[in-house]
Amino acid sequence: MLKIRNLEAGYGSLTVLRRVTMHVSPGEIVTMIGANGAGKTTLLSTLSGLVRARAGEVLFSGRDISGLPPEQRVAAGCSLVPEGRQVFQTMTVRENLLLGASVLRKRGEGSKTGEELDNVYHLFPVLRERQHQLAGTLSGGEQQMLAIGRAQMARPKLIMMDEPSMGLAPLVVKQIFFIVRKLRDEGITILLVEQNARAALGIADRGYVLETGRIIVQGPSEELLANRDVQRAYLGRDLDAER
Amino acid sequence: MSAELFFQYLVAGVTYGIIYSIVAIGFNIIYNTTGIINFAQGEFVMLGGMTAVTLNGFMPLPAAIVVAVLVTMAIGALVEIVFIRWLVNPSVLRMIIITIGLSILIREIALHVWDEKVRALPYFTGTSVSSIEVGGVHISPQVLWVIGVCTVIVIILNFFFSCTSMGRQMRACSDNRNAARLCGISARNMVTLSFVLSAGIGALAGCVVSPITYVQYDSGTGLAIKGFTVAILGGLGNSMAAVAAGILLGVLESFSIWVMPTAFKDALSISILLIILFARPSGLFGSREVFSMKEF
Repeated sequence: MLKIRNLEAGYGSLTVLRRVTMHVSPGEIVTMIGANGAGKTTLLSTLSGLVRARAGEVLFSGRDISGLPPEQRVAAGCSLVPEGRQVFQTMTVRENLLLGASVLRKRGEGSKTGEELDNVYHLFPVLRERQHQLAGTLSGGEQQMLAIGRAQMARPKLIMMDEPSMGLAPLVVKQIFFIVRKLRDEGITILLVEQNARAALGIADRGYVLETGRIIVQGPSEELLANRDVQRAYLGRDLDAER
Repeated sequence: MSAELFFQYLVAGVTYGIIYSIVAIGFNIIYNTTGIINFAQGEFVMLGGMTAVTLNGFMPLPAAIVVAVLVTMAIGALVEIVFIRWLVNPSVLRMIIITIGLSILIREIALHVWDEKVRALPYFTGTSVSSIEVGGVHISPQVLWVIGVCTVIVIILNFFFSCTSMGRQMRACSDNRNAARLCGISARNMVTLSFVLSAGIGALAGCVVSPITYVQYDSGTGLAIKGFTVAILGGLGNSMAAVAAGILLGVLESFSIWVMPTAFKDALSISILLIILFARPSGLFGSREVFSMKEF
């Protein structure tokens, strides 16, 4: 579904991503974990087209999308749920969701907007309850659900999520991750970028660890959970003390 | 002051106020999608009026107005595509200086095309001396045209922004540009559309007011200053507040004649602009919180 080869990106004279190579297969949940400043958000910004890649290849469904602007990548079926939700605060919940469906008309699927809206309301009943409320008045968890629902409205093949658990209460995080799994069950492939490594590896099939712009470890989730370096650096286990 | 004179002043004030509001709404539409003030907004008003006057020589008045509005919309699109669209992440300052340059350019071209003569469209109904009496107040039919057309513009705009998908997409761009792009909305097209829309509104206003205010190659500048004052007074980006602020400024100006010489009328609006910028830059109706988050 998504293949990235030797991707390099940065801002101005600063290079953030160095030769990142990874892939996501259809139907997978893949997670990218890493500390603050490792380049996780930059990676997703580059994949969504908000930041231009300096070098490397981004293949989506076999097609090179690295030169496309964000709106065309969304139209191709590759959506991003951005960091910090970024809902349209001054607009209602319903308007936010309808905006998410903007590409459907371009794809000639405009008639499916209503059906997809029902779908999202079914997945997030709280959004139906609040559909006429301004998005800025929602709680953090509800805004995250709205951001996910908005991305889902475009009927994407791949959803990339940037730290959906950020700033949320543990119970809400659980709910969000439950929804991520549900989305996969509906056939959407997921690339999940997270700082909450334990939770992310808990639901993912595979994972990558990003450190200062490079991928240092990769493998199936169970392997990463058992990896001593990953445990020490990202899962908060003090192995020396346990000995 | 007699009651009749009071109302006469009031009507004159409201009329000018509404004209200012329409110019201010043009500012707001572009500000909302791009975050810049388009200082060539007044020139769109002038272009609309001038083009309609010229066309009126060849075709009936309604057709001349429609064509003039369409021509100005096309110029608006052209201006955006040629001067703004291709800039990669331009700073706000750079965009503003570009629009100032554009306004000078358009003015000079207008001077060459139409020379310095003052022109006007004929009154839409009646003549310059005909009037309708409402409760002892004499109102020119053209004033009713101005009020009517501007009201219709405001209503249609409101409908456009709240009920159509294109209007929603424009609002989304103003709310959060990157998020809008991530929804698959082409932010660039929305910016072009905002230029087309505000050029059209400006041109229509230019046609309707020209029998009263007359139009000349440089009449855009004065209108732009008044419209800018009104946009700031109401709170940048808020079109409904602009209408209220416009009427307020128009009425204040109108009654200022009562206490000071007419020549100081324009000084009044500049003073109001300065006071607002010092004391309450978010505008009378704007929220301070929202204002603090804006770049400009």
